[in-house]
Amino acid sequence: MTDITAISAEATPPQKTKLQLALRKPGFLIGTFIIGVSSLLALMPGVFAPLDPNFIDYNAVKQPPSWAHPFGTDMLGRDSLSRVIHAYSVNMQMAILATIFALIIGVVVGALVGFYRGIADMIFGRLVDAIITFPFLVLVIAVVAVLGPGLVNMYIAITLVGWVYYARLMRAEVIAQMGNDYASAGVVMGYSDSRIIFRHLLPNAITPVIVYWMTDMALAILLGSSLGYLGLGAQPPQAEWGVLIAEGRNFITTAWWLSLMPGIAIVLTGLGFSLVGDGLADLLRPRG
Amino acid sequence: MASIQYILKRLALMVPTFILVMIIIFLLVRFLPGDPAVAIAGDRASDADLEAIRERLGLNEPMLVQFWLFVTNTLQGDLGRSILMRTPVTDVIFERLPTTAFLTVYAVVLSLLIAGPLAFVAALNRGKWPDAVIRTVFQVGLSMPVFYIGLILLTFLAARLHWFPVGGYGDTFGARLYHLFLPSVTVALYTSAIIMRNLRSAIIEVLDAEYVQFARAKGLPNRLILGRHVLRNALISTVTLLGLSIGGLMSGTLVTETVFAVPGVGRLMLEAIFARDYPLIQGLTLTFAVLVSVVFLLTDLFQSSLDPRMRLS
Repeated sequence: MTDITAISAEATPPQKTKLQLALRKPGFLIGTFIIGVSSLLALMPGVFAPLDPNFIDYNAVKQPPSWAHPFGTDMLGRDSLSRVIHAYSVNMQMAILATIFALIIGVVVGALVGFYRGIADMIFGRLVDAIITFPFLVLVIAVVAVLGPGLVNMYIAITLVGWVYYARLMRAEVIAQMGNDYASAGVVMGYSDSRIIFRHLLPNAITPVIVYWMTDMALAILLGSSLGYLGLGAQPPQAEWGVLIAEGRNFITTAWWLSLMPGIAIVLTGLGFSLVGDGLADLLRPRG
Repeated sequence: MASIQYILKRLALMVPTFILVMIIIFLLVRFLPGDPAVAIAGDRASDADLEAIRERLGLNEPMLVQFWLFVTNTLQGDLGRSILMRTPVTDVIFERLPTTAFLTVYAVVLSLLIAGPLAFVAALNRGKWPDAVIRTVFQVGLSMPVFYIGLILLTFLAARLHWFPVGGYGDTFGARLYHLFLPSVTVALYTSAIIMRNLRSAIIEVLDAEYVQFARAKGLPNRLILGRHVLRNALISTVTLLGLSIGGLMSGTLVTETVFAVPGVGRLMLEAIFARDYPLIQGLTLTFAVLVSVVFLLTDLFQSSLDPRMRLS
């Protein structure tokens, strides 16, 4: 069996040259840099933030950007830069937690219905049709309404709706892979179903799912901050970009920096993920 | 005739889907926290009143009977009464729906006006600087959350420069175009980014196709080639993409209506959720599902009538 995978690996050009090609693309480099810096800020916000994000100073309310407060201060005198930096922890966490469970459930379900087909596949098909009949945001906020606002419930809601998209992709890819000789070879050699599905089909079928995952992480940040803005995601006084923009909304004509700065963080991070996603797509796609 | 057969088959497939849609909505609303009877009658209602409401709404019946009631009532156009508005849910929705429809169509028209010419410029200058600039701008646009774009436009163009009204909703057609301009642009910036990307590659694909090379070899002027071959083919894929992204478009509309205080069904959905108005949440979720599936159906029919290959699958 190892021989067969070795042959299919040889058919594609060696990984090193592809990686070198990808690294030569400015978009991929910029994206990787943005995600790297964002991850660093997310992991150690305390190191980079000049002040405590929740430190209230009534003597410095709604101050415009200055050397002491580069992003200004909010209606309670809290340092905006520190709040935006601390929000990296929450918003980067969204990119992972709002997608990873949907990915795992979707990959397993998609692989199983793609392999076995039959009645389970038919029911799955109808379920996919039903779920994509709802606008994504409508279904997510309806589920959040049931569970109650908050970060954890938001992750549950996004996962409940989002796994379908991964499963649909995985199913199609598994069905396509089953047309290959290595899959039939596994069956002929009497391997168990789970060995064929998880050891052989899954690694070959997962590439488009990983590429989609990158785009989905960018979407998760957009969605998570939108829900925060609407009051259904992270709750104040937690520093989260959507919440920060919503807090600044009431002072938008007098203290515009409160809403403007967190938005720039969203755009930059989202851009980072989609640039890395595009680069990965080039890197991982066989035709490259 | 093949196409009637196709339509019937397509409609038949919608039946099981809609049964599932109804089950999902039914379950969602049953799991909403709090007693619906209390929500309707208020905290101070007597036990007898609550019991009467439960009896009237069939809340004492087994789940399956309740589901059957929900389905039969819905099919008869009865979605219950809104707790928030104290009027039938269908009335509330039909009152707000035209506004959202207007905003959506307006946004689609704007996004075509934005994306169309730019996609042509990008495709015809493939790999050169205009292409790079257009693609970069739209890539950044795709990373911007809708509520943020809306807030920026509202702050600078409406509140600061007073070019547009901060809120409200006009009475005449012209006033509506004016009042809903910024909300439509907000939604359109997002959709135009998707359309531009697709249209650009569609145009490039057609430009490289053999029949276009043949037309060029025949000596047809560029204007004719672009108009007759490129535009028509690019249009099919654009309409299909627009149809399939109707869900995203409606999600964008929902957020935009909230930012600009536009009295449409999207903002109504959030009001219903914060008020725990469960008949209204139920009715609105169903309305969104019906709208999306109608658009999916129309897209399918449009595509299959223009592209015979689609009818086979």
